[in-house]
Amino acid sequence: MEKKITIAGFGGQGVMAIGQMLGYASCKAGGNALFLPKYGPEQRGGTANCTVTLADVEIGAPESRYVDTLIALNQPSLERFLGAVRPGGLVLLNSSLCRWTGGREDVKLAEIPADDIAREIGSPKVANIVVIGAYIGLSGVLTERQMLDAIEEKLGKRPELLEMNRLALKRGMESATPRT
Amino acid sequence: MEKKFLKGNEAVAEAAILAGCRFFAGYPITPQNEIPEYMARRMPQVGGVFLQGESETASVCMVYGAAAMGKLAMTSSSGPGISLKAEGISTLAGAQLPAVIVNVMRGGPGLGTIQAAQSDYLHATKAMGHGGFRVLVLAPSTVQEAIDLTYKAFGLAVKYQNPAVVLMDGWIGSMMEPVTLPEAKEPVKNAYTGWGTRYYNPSGTDVDVVTSCLLEPDRQELLNIHFGEMYETWARDEVMAEEYMLGDAEYVIVAYGTAARAARTAIGSLREKGVKAGMLRPISLYPFPYDALKRLDKSRVRCILDTEMTLPVQMKDDIRLGVTDAIPVHSCGRSGGVVLTNEDIEDALLRIIEEEGK
Amino acid sequence: MDALYERPKSLTNRATAYCPGCLHGVATRLIAELIDELDARADTVAVLPVGCGTLGMFHFNTDIVVSPHGRTPAVATGVKRSAPEKLVFSYQGDGDLAAIGLAEIMHAANRGENFTVIFINNGTYGMTGGQMAPTTLVGQKSTTTPEGRNPAETGYPMMMCEILSQLRAPRYIARFSLDCPANVIQAKKGLRKSFELQRAGKGFTFVELLSNCPTNWGLSPLECLEWMRENTMKAFPLGVFRDRED
Repeated sequence: MEKKITIAGFGGQGVMAIGQMLGYASCKAGGNALFLPKYGPEQRGGTANCTVTLADVEIGAPESRYVDTLIALNQPSLERFLGAVRPGGLVLLNSSLCRWTGGREDVKLAEIPADDIAREIGSPKVANIVVIGAYIGLSGVLTERQMLDAIEEKLGKRPELLEMNRLALKRGMESATPRT
Repeated sequence: MEKKFLKGNEAVAEAAILAGCRFFAGYPITPQNEIPEYMARRMPQVGGVFLQGESETASVCMVYGAAAMGKLAMTSSSGPGISLKAEGISTLAGAQLPAVIVNVMRGGPGLGTIQAAQSDYLHATKAMGHGGFRVLVLAPSTVQEAIDLTYKAFGLAVKYQNPAVVLMDGWIGSMMEPVTLPEAKEPVKNAYTGWGTRYYNPSGTDVDVVTSCLLEPDRQELLNIHFGEMYETWARDEVMAEEYMLGDAEYVIVAYGTAARAARTAIGSLREKGVKAGMLRPISLYPFPYDALKRLDKSRVRCILDTEMTLPVQMKDDIRLGVTDAIPVHSCGRSGGVVLTNEDIEDALLRIIEEEGK
Repeated sequence: MDALYERPKSLTNRATAYCPGCLHGVATRLIAELIDELDARADTVAVLPVGCGTLGMFHFNTDIVVSPHGRTPAVATGVKRSAPEKLVFSYQGDGDLAAIGLAEIMHAANRGENFTVIFINNGTYGMTGGQMAPTTLVGQKSTTTPEGRNPAETGYPMMMCEILSQLRAPRYIARFSLDCPANVIQAKKGLRKSFELQRAGKGFTFVELLSNCPTNWGLSPLECLEWMRENTMKAFPLGVFRDRED
């Protein structure tokens, strides 16, 4: 198994955190992972994207022409990276901030209102955890338990924080709606 | 043991500390900033010294001063900063001092781009400064290997009393992968054995004279001859390369660093298509694995594809020295920080095969 | 019989490499005497520059590290931070310190590095043949200012003690002259104070010594001394510029 996922959005949306958390979780679960961030020269604003590879084999190329999944957190990211999704691949949209305008008939589409869900839970900051939940729910690449272990280790064990993240992950897993 | 998920730049910094490095001086430049930032946090914890120099030149000269005092010392930078460090690296070599220099390569020449590239092969392997000296150049292709080679670089630098370079592209520096760290070595004080003391210590044996300035042509020539002999020793004892699916290969990709990872994926896909591709991956770029190229079966290997993240490719002359004209050498790559993918390599090789068929 | 005068142990037994009449010899001897008096020979590291000062590696019978041109304070920083127990001094000429090494001296001073910088100011590049230095006086001829230094084109002499005194960190900054025995005695006092402050861990100390260059000035040794009094010492006032108690 080897899955490449590109995650893209505005700087500050937690793009890198999503990629890193997926990598941590895979590593912690005994699998392989490669997280590759890409930055522009700007320190703030602009766009951010990263590619994470999750695998149970040795990982070769950190970056390929096509990825298995695109997680687009805003509209420009969707437009920029849609062409990089391999036929049959998955596009996961943050429907709070971007909408599907078509252009690819050969990919699976799933939408998740990550920011809306995060606000409902009570912290806009957990939108990226909602997205992670949606991704592992749809792909089955990592289990909820494996993901929670990594979140707990990296984002802290304070009970209220942990509960918020646990809830965000769960809501993400439940709320992703595949659409064809 | 559970592996750690580490970023290349930070992993290299930790590997240096585990190897006994207790002095780091550096200057901010992308894409290596995590190395000095990590050292700023970590060195005080292990009783070492971290300094942010006022310039690249000052930083490498601080390392020179520390090495003169017997400390294992390191500096890091990227292309434009490495150019500035040339003076200090030449001085280290001339004074016969060990130190490790990490170059996290970006696109060039000039200021170029801050994105990952392999633009400094020629600079690293042929002349990192004036005066005709060489440095050991090690090129990792994974974060784990970046750790292992940094760790090893300190040993080699001390063994030969010469600077060693870890040459990695910006991708290795910024990517995160699962790794295992080596055991911590006790920092030891290195004894100075350079030729300054031999010639400028007329009063006895109780002082060290650390200098790259020998002033007398006869002494300088002796040192230059010694260096030549040492480089021949490296060529015999310190060559490192990985041979990947070369056993039956008709098409041999030569690639190092991240380019070699893309090549590995490409080879998998080419083999599925029935193309017998393999790879020679130089790990030590200087000394270069000429012998592995010489050993290639010239009756079987149809061509070599020099694959690099820089254009024009820079390793081709060395590959040609290895295979002479017995095997044609083609090249493929991307440059300036543009991503080199496995598909780029696969396409390039398939195009060459198609041309052959015509 | 007591010896009234002998070679300091911190000097090698070797004829001088400096030109006849050059005050580098006086400066070198002062430093060596002081190291002996402080019983510090085995614990001293001299960090030498590029220029005539490089010849110090023939003379100082101490550990020596020869620096690339102008990086002397950066090298001394690496030395001292790696071996804080050592008595460390850099010995630099005006080209090394005030031209190519300006960044290094400013930042070592600004960090308050705990070593001593000994700055030999003779207004010229001696070893390379008498080119204009940052400290060359207005109107003074050099091989690269054949008509004399013209401030409209090449600016004015750089006053390093005064410039460094703008920084907060340095502990001691002073300028002396080596033109006559009375001033040499004062210079030695300043050097002693610097070394003692360093040994007490008090931070950055800087001693500028006005010097000469008979060869490139084209004057006899005695004429040089007179010229220093008439010109150099008027342009570069002697004195203590910083003596900051903690």
